[in-house]
Amino acid sequence: MKTQEAIYQYCLRIADSNLILAQRLAEWCSRGPILEEDLAMTNISLDLFGQAETLYEYAATIKGDNATADSLAFLRVEREYFNRLITEQPNGDFAVTMVREVLFSAYQNHLYQALCKSNDEMFRGFAEKALKEVKYHLRHSSEWVIRLGGGTEESKVRSQAALNELWRFTVDMFEMDEVDEELISMGIAPDMKEINKSWMKTVTEVFTEAELHIPDLNNVIKGSNKGIHTEHLGHILSEMQYLQRAFPGATW
Amino acid sequence: MVKSTRLSEGSVMELLELIPDPDIPVVSIVELGIVRGVAVDENNKVTVTITPTYSGCPAMTVFKEDIRELLLKNGAEDVEIKIAHSPTWSTDWLSESTREKLRAYGIAPPESNSSDSVPLFSSSKQKIKCPHCGNTNSRLTSQFGSTPCKSLWYCDSCLQPFEYFKCY
Repeated sequence: MKTQEAIYQYCLRIADSNLILAQRLAEWCSRGPILEEDLAMTNISLDLFGQAETLYEYAATIKGDNATADSLAFLRVEREYFNRLITEQPNGDFAVTMVREVLFSAYQNHLYQALCKSNDEMFRGFAEKALKEVKYHLRHSSEWVIRLGGGTEESKVRSQAALNELWRFTVDMFEMDEVDEELISMGIAPDMKEINKSWMKTVTEVFTEAELHIPDLNNVIKGSNKGIHTEHLGHILSEMQYLQRAFPGATW
Repeated sequence: MVKSTRLSEGSVMELLELIPDPDIPVVSIVELGIVRGVAVDENNKVTVTITPTYSGCPAMTVFKEDIRELLLKNGAEDVEIKIAHSPTWSTDWLSESTREKLRAYGIAPPESNSSDSVPLFSSSKQKIKCPHCGNTNSRLTSQFGSTPCKSLWYCDSCLQPFEYFKCY
């Protein structure tokens, strides 16, 4: 695999994950449990949209062929998205959203730390900035999960149920293929096995503090590197892409 | 026909200092450290290099439009805006006088160095100085506020809420 092609694919993996999670978090707009949390979730969503845009722009320059950040974000079909499966999972209750946020922002935190040392200048610039943002996301969500886990019987039960449901999607986040192999050999992207280790350490720290136990791995679902998704992505895309599908080329 | 005189880099910078942050109009985009470089060629085409603040900050779109409009109105033949991703923008770049302007406007300026130094899970024991009364008897209400760069605080001395410009 050529390096440029691998970089393009790698951009989509990160950008798609951010875009889809941003779309999910935006669903909380005006539905947050309290005003501050409504603002927090939409702020996090905005950071993720911005991060996605940076990498879509980079991907578009590699692709050429009149591709733009918008055409990549809005004009592909389901099997052409490579977002990590956990990002498309439904928001559920507040506990599900916060546990998902801990699992995913801890992942971003370690991945971006590694990308700050990338041989690719764009990835380095992207990661240095994005890392500052996901640190806030991780701190915010882990403080909530600790509070919910150690809160009432109800909040504890719900948080544990959220972790039990989402844990099986975490294997997918660390899957590697020929894209990773090419970029690892060029010193552009990290070995996900290493990211997995540091991620496990961080989330174990949070869930231990929250008095939640990490479940056994059952019914593992993976496949995002190949564009295989759970049933939820199609529904997200039908809503997110509606305007561009109904009015092709419409601009703001 | 009168040919417009060539703009100098210095005069372009002076013009850019007139462009306020749309959300915090007391500080300019130059004071915020967003403008990283200016170049003018022989045809009066101006290239302005800017760096983004928060990845998703909606103000960036406004900055770009404002820069283009102001420079075209003041003699530039063409305006190109380039985005520099490195070095990463940081609140460490805000000067003491810029911080003072934020405080006078009612926003507590960033107090420590960039967020890299803050430990991950310390539930914030930090005490921020209230921009209204100057006391540090304050507490965090929310890590996220009305714009990506601010968090929400409450002062237990003067009983007023206030915004804090987060370290970045």
